[in-house]
Amino acid sequence: MKKFSPAIKLAPHLQKAKKFTLRISDKTITKTEEAGNFLTDFADVILFLTRTVKETFTRDFEFKEFLRQCFQIGNKTLPLISVTGIIMGLVLTIQSRPSLAKFGADAMLPGMVAVSLIREMGPVITALLCAGKIGSGMGAELGSMKVTEQIEAMEVSSTNPMRFLVVTRVLAAMLMIPLLILYSDALGILGSWAGANIKGDVSFTLFFSQAFSHIEFIDFIPAFIKSIFFGLVIGLVGCYKGYNAGRGTESVGKAANSAVVLGSLLVLIVDVIAVQITDML
Amino acid sequence: MNDTQTAIISSIKTTIGKQVIEINNLRKSFGNQVVLNDVSLQLFNGENLVVLGKSGSGKSVLIKCIVGLLNFDSGTINVLGENVSKLDSDGLGELRKKIGFLFQSGALYDSMTVKQNLEFPLRRIRKNLTQKEIDEKIEEVLDNVGLLDALHKMPSQLSGGMRKRISLARTIVVDPLIMLYDEPTTGLDPVTSDEISLLINEIQKKYKTSSIIITHDIECARNTANRVIMLKDGEVFMEGDLKTFEKSDDVLIRSFFK
Repeated sequence: MKKFSPAIKLAPHLQKAKKFTLRISDKTITKTEEAGNFLTDFADVILFLTRTVKETFTRDFEFKEFLRQCFQIGNKTLPLISVTGIIMGLVLTIQSRPSLAKFGADAMLPGMVAVSLIREMGPVITALLCAGKIGSGMGAELGSMKVTEQIEAMEVSSTNPMRFLVVTRVLAAMLMIPLLILYSDALGILGSWAGANIKGDVSFTLFFSQAFSHIEFIDFIPAFIKSIFFGLVIGLVGCYKGYNAGRGTESVGKAANSAVVLGSLLVLIVDVIAVQITDML
Repeated sequence: MNDTQTAIISSIKTTIGKQVIEINNLRKSFGNQVVLNDVSLQLFNGENLVVLGKSGSGKSVLIKCIVGLLNFDSGTINVLGENVSKLDSDGLGELRKKIGFLFQSGALYDSMTVKQNLEFPLRRIRKNLTQKEIDEKIEEVLDNVGLLDALHKMPSQLSGGMRKRISLARTIVVDPLIMLYDEPTTGLDPVTSDEISLLINEIQKKYKTSSIIITHDIECARNTANRVIMLKDGEVFMEGDLKTFEKSDDVLIRSFFK
């Protein structure tokens, strides 16, 4: 009878171990590349920001285009923000009520909802929606303009496309997104009042006076400042992805998609930084 | 360049005028791929120069280098006496006011009406014009391209030929001295192609422009060319008038002129 040496017996296991190691190393390389791409993207966005800032403070500001963009951002996003704002307040109230009732703290409901909405939920959820709606729109529009040579046509018409397309959109996002967030907060409190009235009877005046008795002016300031930065990252990433889209129609979709992904991610990063800074103050 | 070609160029120079574009030893590469290698050419005042070549031979890259949309590796490009590579962004902006560029895709601004498309360069380049003068100028150029009734239409409502005409109108609205046409007849039916070619000739006569016409459409070349240059693999393969090309026995040239 033929005897197998231990090495031969181990061979299949070694093969499996080798395959497993290769698979792990392939995955590691892919993940490292992804992390590298994200960092490269991040560095490019910073460079793009530098160019945008430089172009903002030069002569010939495109005021008419800036107003058009403000209208576009506000007009296109208003229905979505309205619905989301109301639902946000309504759901938050319905979900929180039983927990507060256990401690007999029903009266705290308006104040708690108002503080959560104004300090955190309103800005972040609205900004994430804007990253989806406005960021993707900018990415797709500028990407499509790049593919169809419209950006080059602008350059040969002695128009600086960075100034006309990017600066106006970024500034419009920085102005309109904080306003949309304030609007969403207001509707959220309105939704909360509606939610409170599903299982109770609270007058509009009483609900609002209770809500605002818990809010101080200092609650608004950090939220408003961070929402300006949300506008900056959403506008900047949307424009960056569209402006740097490749050739071909496929790249338009990619630009829109990656504008949403990177924009949302940066909104959350800005939020973490803002929360840390606010906490230190 | 042989003696015959030199004689043709000098006769064109005498009959047409001084040179408005001079390119010397131009080289442009994308990574390891050399697209233009040692290209030298001149465009004379009032002349229609047709640049022929297969797709990917570097024709479009050549005119994008002329207008400063692409940076080149080495060589010089002088346009109306200005060295393009030495101009800063303001200088380049000033030079571009004198150059009209017709893009292959038309490149009309999708979000603007035809009127707004034409107003866009006019307001930025001819800043001293009143609204009445702007409106008159727009009507004049639209009339020249035969599309006065398209004034308030959006680009999406126009056919391919109409988009090309509007694009041409947008280019000539600022009275450029030099016109650069990137494949003006590509994607159009033969009748519309002939109309565009005739329009190019009319623009040359009416606005006294000098033009470089990038094409691989031999009918367009026949209709418009005062002189022809053929690019092959990024180099100037042959230069002369149409007759010289039509008489050539070279396989590549015959494939164009058959």
